[in-house]
Amino acid sequence: MTLLWIPLLSLLGSLLSSFTGKLSRNHSTAVTLLAPGLALALACYMAPEVFANEQLRTTIEWIPLLGLELSFRLDGLSLLFVFLILGIGILVIFYARYYLSSNDSMPKLYAYLMLFMTAMLGIVMSNNVLQLWLFWELTSISSFLLISYWWHKSEARKGAKMALAITGGGGLALLAGLLLLGDIVGSYDLDIILASRELIQAHDLYELALILVLLGAFTKSAQFPFHFWLPHAMAAPTPVSAYLHSATMVKAGIFLLARFYPALAGTEIWFILVGLTGLVTLLVGAYIALFKHDLKGLLAFSTISHLGLITLLLGLDTELATVAAIFHIINHATFKASLFMATGIIDHETGTRDMRKLNGMWRFMPYTATLAMVAAAAMAGVPLLNGFLSKEMFFAETLHQQLLGSMSWLIPILATIAGAFSVAYSARFIHDVFFNGDPVGLPKEPHEAPRYMRVPIEVLVALCLIVGMFPGFIVSDILNVASAAVLGGEPPQFKIAIWHGFNLPLLMSGIAVCGGLLIYTQRRYLFTFQASLPPLNAKKGFEHVMYRVVSWSRARIDAIENGSLQRYLMLMLLVVLLSAGWPLFEMTQLVGENKPTPIDVHNAIGAGLLMIGAIGTVIWHRTRMVALLMISVVGLMVAVAFTRFSAPDLALTQLTVEVVTIILLMLALFFLPQRTPKESSSVRVLRDLGIASAIGVIVGSICYALITRPLSSISDFFLANAKTGGGGTNVVNVILVDFRGFDTLGEITVLGIAALGIYKLLINLPLFMPGSDSEGRPWARERYPILLASISQSLLPLALLVSVYIFLRGHNLPGGGFIAGLVTAIAFILQYIAHGSNWISERFTLNYRKIIASGIAIAMISGLGSWAFDRPFLTSWFDYFDLPVIGEIELASALVFDLGVYITVVGATLMILASLGKLTANAPKEEVNI
Amino acid sequence: MELLYSSCVGLLVACGVFLILRARTFPVVLGLTMLSYAVNLFLFASGRLTMNKAAVLGFSDGYADPLPQALVLTAIVIGFAMTAFVVILAIRGRADLGNDHVNGSEVQVASRNVGSQRKEQSKA
Repeated sequence: MTLLWIPLLSLLGSLLSSFTGKLSRNHSTAVTLLAPGLALALACYMAPEVFANEQLRTTIEWIPLLGLELSFRLDGLSLLFVFLILGIGILVIFYARYYLSSNDSMPKLYAYLMLFMTAMLGIVMSNNVLQLWLFWELTSISSFLLISYWWHKSEARKGAKMALAITGGGGLALLAGLLLLGDIVGSYDLDIILASRELIQAHDLYELALILVLLGAFTKSAQFPFHFWLPHAMAAPTPVSAYLHSATMVKAGIFLLARFYPALAGTEIWFILVGLTGLVTLLVGAYIALFKHDLKGLLAFSTISHLGLITLLLGLDTELATVAAIFHIINHATFKASLFMATGIIDHETGTRDMRKLNGMWRFMPYTATLAMVAAAAMAGVPLLNGFLSKEMFFAETLHQQLLGSMSWLIPILATIAGAFSVAYSARFIHDVFFNGDPVGLPKEPHEAPRYMRVPIEVLVALCLIVGMFPGFIVSDILNVASAAVLGGEPPQFKIAIWHGFNLPLLMSGIAVCGGLLIYTQRRYLFTFQASLPPLNAKKGFEHVMYRVVSWSRARIDAIENGSLQRYLMLMLLVVLLSAGWPLFEMTQLVGENKPTPIDVHNAIGAGLLMIGAIGTVIWHRTRMVALLMISVVGLMVAVAFTRFSAPDLALTQLTVEVVTIILLMLALFFLPQRTPKESSSVRVLRDLGIASAIGVIVGSICYALITRPLSSISDFFLANAKTGGGGTNVVNVILVDFRGFDTLGEITVLGIAALGIYKLLINLPLFMPGSDSEGRPWARERYPILLASISQSLLPLALLVSVYIFLRGHNLPGGGFIAGLVTAIAFILQYIAHGSNWISERFTLNYRKIIASGIAIAMISGLGSWAFDRPFLTSWFDYFDLPVIGEIELASALVFDLGVYITVVGATLMILASLGKLTANAPKEEVNI
Repeated sequence: MELLYSSCVGLLVACGVFLILRARTFPVVLGLTMLSYAVNLFLFASGRLTMNKAAVLGFSDGYADPLPQALVLTAIVIGFAMTAFVVILAIRGRADLGNDHVNGSEVQVASRNVGSQRKEQSKA
């Protein structure tokens, strides 16, 4: 469980830091540092176990049947990344305190940074690949927020969008790849996937899955040809670049390669794809970096180049290459983060990052200059610094590979050339900025940075030096366990030392340094050549492609979605027709084996009336009143059918609902236009008739096929247990309030929501109130007929009595909460019709919203009550009591539940009808006719 | 009997579908009501057609299937709530848009012009 706290702490920290707006800057920073500090302490506490080659795991099951769980692990590789993420995160948060100006919102940056930290921790600690993917996409989203932190700048918005499109798109490819892997292995558990190397690599879909996973990794880690988003992401504040674009996010792709190394690597296609991509990225990045005048641009391309180097190492088929890759991950994170921070200081104190203006900074900020020069030297691979060690290992490994078959000798040469360029751009960073004459037209007078702003850089540069001079001292342990986790088993024997004697890698280093310095001194010619090349603007190209994609999709959408709901409905019905009709044609015989029952005369008459009603509704659908009468005939016949076919409860419900529906529709007619114009052309009527008949025929056929086949139902259980388990003889009611009580609870909730929705829809309704009927005759002045008023008043108590009777007998005989509720509602509606809503509101104060809420609450509480007796939700209880005079009576908790149903139905029905009816009462008197 | 019953269901579906394809809201509401009758009858029939065998214990030898009946009972009430919601939506639509056409405007929607409208809106 302790494991879970590492990502959880940083998530809580994200929330916490977003509330620090009112605090001073120092306090806000201190509060934000709390969570990652604790998490780092926790990681250190658990580290000894990991160093003992143990893998820690925590799993919380969510939906085990689907393989969905919250699962975390901590092995060597995870631990290394956790240290990087938390350690550099803490330094960056500290640094950002001094970097941000007083106009920038600190809590916003901190909350985003911590969110990003959570996502990164989630990636490196996930033990379930779907969960890993979720965190993966979360890094894309949080990096979008971070890059667009200065949202008022156009380049920040564009850069953020580009980064999101590329990394998010790669994330989708990754999802596809992970789903394929999960499908091949049969589990999304990372442990199982990593252990199934043979199974995966023997599978037909291995290549596809590999390519998809690599797409995810390469887009994230800015590998060629997806590298172009990274320079544009430099529009982010420099602390963000230091964190995301040097130490963490871009390393997520590398992490993915390392994580899946045990399962996916070792094949020809892996080495070709990973190795060559890495090689090309290494060269392209190193070459372009030299020509960037923007300091952050130089660092961005240098990062691309170093990421290429790590990828190339992972694509070389030796164990030591993997160790070197992991070593370089650490080294690159330290020197690149410190360089970004130094750039931030220079930018902060001079107001520019343009190397054509920045010259001779040594005089103004000697301290920062020293730190930056040490870090840049580490980047170049100068001895006694950490960059030298991993670069040396890299050179050594390029000599032991067969990546290109007989042409493999090319790789060490290309690596040396890339090394030379890296020395050249590092030299440019040092010489152009800190020496090389005087500054040209700086916006600000440069001076040294605040004391504490330099602390994070000092820490990182100190690490560069210590690792560089005493390599075995700090890194060898973590390097050992991380390599063991990647290679799956014992790590290879290796010894990192500064001096290996005179050998080929040392010669390559020497050539790189001399070559680099030569390139730098002769850069004039290279710059002229580069300037003569046609300009290549990745942003323009990307935007052009995006524009084309968007306009293409928009054209497709417009073609389908033209705004006519009628058309959409028709298209959907056609799909229904095809999907429901197709299986019928594959059936051999429609009629089943049940013996048909004969038609008796009553049924025939009922069916005839129903058909007349239905067809009449269609024929007279433009004559509203007639159509309404016709459809009420259909409704009544449906109720009769329920009576006929042994469903008294349904018949009662249908009958009462029918009454309410017709009243509602008549009320609605008052508010809708009085004439329905004839609009459909004959062709359209014919088309609709065709679609309607086809669907009718298909549904009728399915119905016929269904009811002529023998029935096998689970209802025997209900019939057998209704009396003994539910205490009632009306099985339908027992199912509603007992066996399937939870469904009913959901259904009355829906009823309540619908009524509330209607209430909301009717607020502030602009009314169209006709003052006369469609022939222009004014409405009768007599609003409430006196006869109806007096009769209905005397009927009310009787109707209520009936509804109470229906309610009480419901458990044993046809009836129950639904029907009784409808009867009560009708009795009240009759009062509304007879007297008007003003009359009612003078006599009752009925708040229907409260009635609905109390109904649902009663049903809920009756269900919760069973928890008091340690039974599952909605377990019912009943017993028989002997009362003097009355005799034996049954008390059941289901009755309370049914009471809730009753109250909800009454409240909802009255709310619907009364809110609509009330509108007419308060209507303005003048005529608003259209 | 079964054939007659199925024909009724089929006819109700056909009439309902025809009505929901109309252009004005009131016929569409009628169509939805009709469709819910048809659906309820269809669901109910999945328990097969039996006469004089109501699922009340102790009143007959065999019993009709109570499960579809329980499902249909709530479906009827929910169907009413849905019809009511659609009706009020139609009234609200008429009040806000000034007409009762299902597409929200009296004029025939020509293809494509909606897309350009949407573009203008997003620009605005």
